[in-house]
Amino acid sequence: MDISTFQAYAYFFFTAFMVVVLYSYIYHLYSSQWKGKRDYEKYGDLALHDEIDDHPIEKISENDEKK
Amino acid sequence: MENRPLEYDYTVAKMFMLTTVLLGIVGMLVGVILAWEMAFPAVNTIAGSGLAEYTNFSRLRPLHTDAVIFGFTFSGIWATWYYVGQRVLKVSMAESKFLMFLGKLHFGLYLLVVVSVVVSLLLGITTSKEYAEFEWPIDIAVVVVWVIWGMSIFGLIGIRREKSLYISIWYYIATFLGIAMLYLFNNMEIPTYFASGGIGAWYHSVSMYSGTNDALVQWWYGHNAVAFGFTVPIVAMIYYFLPKESGQAVYSYKLSLLAFWGLMFVYLWAGGHHLLFSTVPDWMQTMGSVFSVVLILPSWGSAINMLLTMKGEWQQVAASPLIKFMILASTFYMFSTLEGPIQAIKSVNALAHFTDWIVGHVHDGVLGWVAFMIMAALFHMAPRVFKREIYSKSLMNTQFWIQTLGVVLYFTSMWIAGITQGMMWRAHDEFGNLAYSFIDTVAVLHPYFTIRAVGGTLYLLGMFLFAYNMYKTMTSGRRVEESELQSASPMGA
Repeated sequence: MDISTFQAYAYFFFTAFMVVVLYSYIYHLYSSQWKGKRDYEKYGDLALHDEIDDHPIEKISENDEKK
Repeated sequence: MENRPLEYDYTVAKMFMLTTVLLGIVGMLVGVILAWEMAFPAVNTIAGSGLAEYTNFSRLRPLHTDAVIFGFTFSGIWATWYYVGQRVLKVSMAESKFLMFLGKLHFGLYLLVVVSVVVSLLLGITTSKEYAEFEWPIDIAVVVVWVIWGMSIFGLIGIRREKSLYISIWYYIATFLGIAMLYLFNNMEIPTYFASGGIGAWYHSVSMYSGTNDALVQWWYGHNAVAFGFTVPIVAMIYYFLPKESGQAVYSYKLSLLAFWGLMFVYLWAGGHHLLFSTVPDWMQTMGSVFSVVLILPSWGSAINMLLTMKGEWQQVAASPLIKFMILASTFYMFSTLEGPIQAIKSVNALAHFTDWIVGHVHDGVLGWVAFMIMAALFHMAPRVFKREIYSKSLMNTQFWIQTLGVVLYFTSMWIAGITQGMMWRAHDEFGNLAYSFIDTVAVLHPYFTIRAVGGTLYLLGMFLFAYNMYKTMTSGRRVEESELQSASPMGA
């Protein structure tokens, strides 16, 4: 196989791979929400409830760190 | 024992707010002088022929670009970082003496760098690499400043109360990592005095790269300085300030994440579009074009997310000049991220390359998007850091319209000038002789150069209104209670 043929195959498969990665990430973001694992939209509140005495959206605690 | 409730500490944010305003005025003032020099060359020697060395176009040009990029924009990035960082991580700088010390050291060293840059560029000491003109001693100081900022970012993240990092924090981290990598690699240079055993000036250096490699590294740096200086941190700002000011959570957090990773992956490959039709390998040029076009997607992902954040709340755009600034910034972001890819298409670039259309593109991005967003961020921060309402809403409105008119005059005149230039350069008769000489184009472009200078002057006028409004806010705005600062910023008439 000459170098340009190899480049063409590599280009095709790399592009296909990146498309799969992209769509998998979108699927992951939505499926996490459906399955109740994680609702990403709640993090939007991080900007709105940002006073120092506001309750954290997800608190850092020792229990969390041990998980 | 003192038992005050814990509060955010904006000491360092305030310091950087000051340099944002000051260096913004300096950078734009020099820009306006340059614009008038282009339209009327006699301005080059306006201070007399004895001082012409310091007032001519070529001496001032790097001062303009560097003051706006590394002065105004980076001060704005740091002012907002030392504000937003604390708030979304729910931790105060006052809680760590070490982080507070780092913050102040960051500002102090940064001021030293600013002074050395201004002095060295005015003296004509430069490496001649665009946007990387600083000689090696300053480069080392820049790296130290950068490392201190990094320690400050990760230090604050290390002591946070909020487990999740808000999307803006991701963008600030990306700014830190991106510029660190770009700056180091592009500024690899050899101090000639030490390498040659004492020949020449001690501060002089030459790049480690040469020829096409130098061009490639330079434009990988140059374009990504736009990415990680003018895009990524400004997106960080709008993701925080627009939701906060409007009281509306970001329309789709998922889209913000997707756009983030898209931008990170795509942007780094686009720099080759600066070198179309040059000696770099053809596949690299094509890659630069293709990635530039793909870049529309993540850019518009963020921009549309911002516009949709205003869904059902569009009356705020009419009511609040602060929201106006941010919505116009977001719109200009969409506009310039569409214009850039169009210019990167090879057939368009054949016409546009080296013309004023490129200059127009840079300025609709920087004046319309970057500067509008930074000023909006500072307007939002002012009542919270000074505990006073914004001095004058009507002054803000006036500033908004004067500067919008300025940007429009700037980019429309440069579009016409650029396309005219491109067409005249390539025009030829039936024997292939060029139809015009260079000076023919200069004569035709004169009115557009004048219009550009007027546009720039209007924008600078707006900067003075901004500085005055900020100063009055700080010194004589009505004092406000914490309860007035929840979302929309309080403004005086």
